[in-house]
Amino acid sequence: MEQDKEFNPKIVAFLCNWCTYTGADLAGVSRLKSSPCVRIIRVMCSGRVDPTFIIKAFKQGADGVFIGGCHIGDCHYSEGNYKTLRRVEFMKTFLEEFGINPKRLRLEWISASEGDKYAATTLEFETEIRELGPLHLVEA
Amino acid sequence: MKPKLALYWASSCGGCEIAVVDIELKILDVAGFFDIVFWPCIMDFKYKDVEAMQDGDITLCLFNGAIRTSENEHLAKLLRAKSKVLVAFGSCAKEGCIPGLANFYDKKTILDYVYNDSPSLEAESKGVYPEMRTNMPEGEIEIPEFWNTVKTLDQVVDVDYYVPGCPPQSFQIINVIEAVIDILKNGKPLPPKGTILGAGDKTCCDECPRERKEKKIKKFYRPQEIIPDPKECLLDQGIMCMGPATRSGCDALCVKANSGCRGCYGPPPNVMDQGTKMVSALSSVIDSTDPNEVKEIIKTIADPLGTFYRFSLASSLMKRVQQKNGEDKNRKF
Ligand code: SF4
Ligand code: SF4
Ligand code: SF4
Ligand code: FES
Repeated sequence: MEQDKEFNPKIVAFLCNWCTYTGADLAGVSRLKSSPCVRIIRVMCSGRVDPTFIIKAFKQGADGVFIGGCHIGDCHYSEGNYKTLRRVEFMKTFLEEFGINPKRLRLEWISASEGDKYAATTLEFETEIRELGPLHLVEA
Repeated sequence: MKPKLALYWASSCGGCEIAVVDIELKILDVAGFFDIVFWPCIMDFKYKDVEAMQDGDITLCLFNGAIRTSENEHLAKLLRAKSKVLVAFGSCAKEGCIPGLANFYDKKTILDYVYNDSPSLEAESKGVYPEMRTNMPEGEIEIPEFWNTVKTLDQVVDVDYYVPGCPPQSFQIINVIEAVIDILKNGKPLPPKGTILGAGDKTCCDECPRERKEKKIKKFYRPQEIIPDPKECLLDQGIMCMGPATRSGCDALCVKANSGCRGCYGPPPNVMDQGTKMVSALSSVIDSTDPNEVKEIIKTIADPLGTFYRFSLASSLMKRVQQKNGEDKNRKF
């Protein structure tokens, strides 16, 4: 239990510039409490998140990876988030087979006006990661 | 004095050795130009012959096979020290290949299966495990230690060049040998360290003669479920083909024979991880926007991890499947 208290999950969040990043900004401006464990990486579109980034994040110490994009139909590059959806489904299968709980990867559609959703989902994700505990990858 | 050549097989199937012999009469040029100082598969050499050499004595060493045991690692280090130029030859040495698939498991799981659980074991031999050291009337005998994780050659020693392929294609081996002879004979400069020799710098798709349309995949087929159209892109037909995530160089060997590329030339240039590259490629062509349907389509791929990393698991970003982690699902055979 003592250890659990000390565990500060590292969450890497890839947020699309047009929707979720702006949503995160709004959460801050509106003084909503969002997860302090999140390290945001801004990308132009959630479709820019190469599946390699996800594995790299875990390899370099992330306990969870969060991807935020525009709602389906709203992607500024029209189809980027469809690609993201399929990639994330694939990567969940991959993670499970690699022996990593697929719950450590989360995809959310959060628009620029949904600061409250950003705040709520990051907090919820943080709680889930806390329950899963730290991801200690076995070095090869 | 002739330049000295060494060839070695570590954790290998022997196919790379056959591929070298498969260059037919060119092998005579090799034997004529080089002094072959170590090639245990073909001629009788002992490790002590290599140990007796000076550092850097061997001009060129073609090393095939992955690093799986203490013996493999010892030879990798020994040949590194004795060779001026060390080449990771073939997929096993370059990226782990089929032996590297053992990284789906760990040492204990593998040994337990082979020496205890396998249904083909006779009752009296169940549970008889190999011991590293055994005392015999003639003295103590020793066998190499089996590592927990299969490694590539460059994860163990410094490697100068790479030749991809499982095995490298004969015409490419000839290209490499001719280039080496040319360099040594005419005092030409060596290519930059780390260069991939005997391969292209595009993807397998770029060499493939098949017709491509806009891909829209609703289902992946196992080979026995479909008769492929001989002209159309296999992936377009829903047949798994690693072409988009594989380096060119084999002249599209398998796809020309109506069989999907399995990815043996490894990841294409500037790609860190062949498996995630394939995920990316397939995510662009799966024809669905409904998460549940996407899941169902992905389920029609037999063993995605084993398929996408068939040759490169040991050199992928993850390198192995997690075993000791608390949340493991403890893979079983
Ligand atoms: S690369 Fe292929 S042919 Fe060569 S040793 Fe490995 S498994 Fe055999
Ligand atoms: S996916 Fe396969 S069949 Fe299609 S073009 Fe690429 S290599 Fe050829
Ligand atoms: S088509 Fe693919 S699997 Fe076949 S030889 Fe070429 S790279 Fe290897
Ligand atoms: S621009 Fe936001 S997901 Fe594509």
